[in-house]
Amino acid sequence: MAGQSQFTSQLKRYYSLYTGGVIGFVVLLSILEQMGVPNQTLGYIFLGVTVSLYAGIGILSKTSDVSEYYVAGRRVPALFNGMATAADWMSAASFIGLAGTLYISGYDGLAFVMGWTGGYCLVALFLAPYLRKFGQYTVPDFLGARYGGDGPRMIGVFAAILCSFTYVIAQIYGLGLIVSRFTGLDFGVGVFVGLGSILFCSFLGGMRAVTWTQVSQYVILIVAYMIPVIWLSVKHTGNPVPQIAYGYVLEQVTAREQVLNDAQTPEGAREAEVRAILRQRQDATEDRLRALEAGGEEYLAAERARLGAELSALRSRHAPEAEIEIAQRELEAFPQGIAAANSIWRAEAEADRLKSSPIVAHAEPYAGPDEESRDKKRKNFLALVFCLMVGTAALPHILMRFYTTTSVKEARLSVFWSLLFISLLYLTAPALAVLAKYDVYTLLVGSSFSELPSWVSAWEAVDRALMNVSDINKDGIVQLAEVTIGGDLIVLATPEIAGLPYVVTALVAAGGLAAALSTADGLMLTIANALSHDVYYKMIDPKAPTGRRLAISKGLLLLVAVCAAYVTALKPGDILFMVGAAFSLAGSAFFPALVLGIFWKRANKVGAIAGMISGLSVCMLYMYITYPFFGVNAPLWWEINPISAGIFGIPVGFVGVIIGSVLSRPPAAKVQALVDYVRYPNMAGDEGRGTS
Amino acid sequence: MQAGERHQRYWRSNLRMTGALLAIWFVATFVVSWFARELQTLTVLGFPLPFYMAAQGALLIYLLLVGFYAWRMGKLDEKYGVGEDA
Repeated sequence: MAGQSQFTSQLKRYYSLYTGGVIGFVVLLSILEQMGVPNQTLGYIFLGVTVSLYAGIGILSKTSDVSEYYVAGRRVPALFNGMATAADWMSAASFIGLAGTLYISGYDGLAFVMGWTGGYCLVALFLAPYLRKFGQYTVPDFLGARYGGDGPRMIGVFAAILCSFTYVIAQIYGLGLIVSRFTGLDFGVGVFVGLGSILFCSFLGGMRAVTWTQVSQYVILIVAYMIPVIWLSVKHTGNPVPQIAYGYVLEQVTAREQVLNDAQTPEGAREAEVRAILRQRQDATEDRLRALEAGGEEYLAAERARLGAELSALRSRHAPEAEIEIAQRELEAFPQGIAAANSIWRAEAEADRLKSSPIVAHAEPYAGPDEESRDKKRKNFLALVFCLMVGTAALPHILMRFYTTTSVKEARLSVFWSLLFISLLYLTAPALAVLAKYDVYTLLVGSSFSELPSWVSAWEAVDRALMNVSDINKDGIVQLAEVTIGGDLIVLATPEIAGLPYVVTALVAAGGLAAALSTADGLMLTIANALSHDVYYKMIDPKAPTGRRLAISKGLLLLVAVCAAYVTALKPGDILFMVGAAFSLAGSAFFPALVLGIFWKRANKVGAIAGMISGLSVCMLYMYITYPFFGVNAPLWWEINPISAGIFGIPVGFVGVIIGSVLSRPPAAKVQALVDYVRYPNMAGDEGRGTS
Repeated sequence: MQAGERHQRYWRSNLRMTGALLAIWFVATFVVSWFARELQTLTVLGFPLPFYMAAQGALLIYLLLVGFYAWRMGKLDEKYGVGEDA
């Protein structure tokens, strides 16, 4: 293995140089910023350089060798496979969304932190080493070989495409948002720019190119995430290790929450005042909704006319410009049609209701007014953690990465490295949420409207859904109930909150882009491989020459990319739901059949088909009947939210595999021998079964 | 070649360890979260215990668990002579 260790040390040298290069590049750009280069230009340089870097690595890794294309030649060292898996794993939702979710939901948001890390225990204990020993190319490959026949493989292909496609849409959506926000390009253009660079790397070099770009993307995304948080931590605690320091900050935040909730203190009294106004506003909006229900179109027309009359009255008596502007904006934003009015006003009433309620303590688990609602939150928290974990251990684009290591031993180690690199970000996100909250609670709340921190007005100008402060009780001082913060703001605005130069903001954007690109890369490759390798090569034309197999794979990659871009442009629904749905679907379809295939020799083809179909169907059915988007709105089962549909699908899948297997004949001796082959890293007689 | 006695012993120790580690995983994740409200009054390093567990403790336990598994399986591979370089 001298060649391998030389390869590893070469990689270490290259990537150390690369990391140094990234830091040097950031320093260079900050010098440019000092010299007065405008922000927009800096943003362009940043995105342009990083994206062409990924494309460059893609070109350097181009290959026409099957093993290189599908599994990077199976010589990725554990450490680097860990980084690549981490980048593959951490999507735009983790990078941008997670800290915001934690900021808004406090303890309850930690379901994502635990779910997205604990799943690696299942990967390590149940799957990674065995799949590596099996040593083929895709997850459906394993189902096909273990259970025999095209049935299980076909269902595997269908499920792999279903969950990867759902997930990739969410990534491309995030990509479009980041590119359009930081360069000013249109959302649609942003989607295509991002897609172009994804295609560049996976198209020429398949898994090999994707692996080495993902490693470089990991470096950028983790540096981008850590720098502002470390800075913020130093600013508030003097301690450069945010993960340790924020316990103390959390105590302060909790103390502030109590002060602001207590109407006896002067600050608490002002909060109460604002909340009372918000409650009145909520009541007024609810009156409007009732009037709309009774009066319909007529009421809407009358309201619009009233607003118009008010505006002209203001104009004719030369009211202050600001008042006219408010009235004008209100008239322009007036909903068109009953359905629009209904949904807009409902959302307004709900937003006011939330802001007029007392602050929920950040660290309090399952907060609720009564035992019943707390119980419901606890149930859903645990169900979500379970689905995210099992889904982690079943997502084909992650499992595929463990085919690329040199040995079973390396595959086990590689899970450890993956989890370590992932945890770096997941340990930091809760710290960032608390530090940002502390900043808002102490520096923003209580400051005067005439001297708001500069990041507040900067982000208000970008998007009022992300950041909005309005003086509701007209006292000239900011109260917490007057502040609206959108979840995505937390990560995007941290550099400015910490008082860092614009370069760091651009770095964070590049980090978000790296997170979205690396995940999208892995997913698209999974889809294209499932179609070209499992459907075309294994089922349609097993004698296809190598050249044609790769050509078909690349053609399909293009097709998948175009489809994904098309669906994304339709902007379907909520990103977080789509990500969660992908986990539930993957868990229900794959986990039972994969795990029982390794740990239970008696599992057979009938069982696998029964388990996969029943698990997937139950999961899809539950999402269909309960997720509002589909419009069925059936009652929930045991109050479980549709995002955790896997809590029903996964057990049903297990029961399906077991019942189906017991009721039919045991698998052939050849299959039992395959199970043994997979279980032991080395059995005498292994030679010649092609682990390469 | 069929799996011999030695292989079966290897597999049984593997299953025992997998089971034990899975039990730790289960307690750190689900049992602690289930009793989160009851454990709220305990504190670790300034954090309420349930918050600390969900934000850091569980993650560190997962890491230890996966690292231990990789190390221990390597030892088992050697002991039963099923390692790749055996």
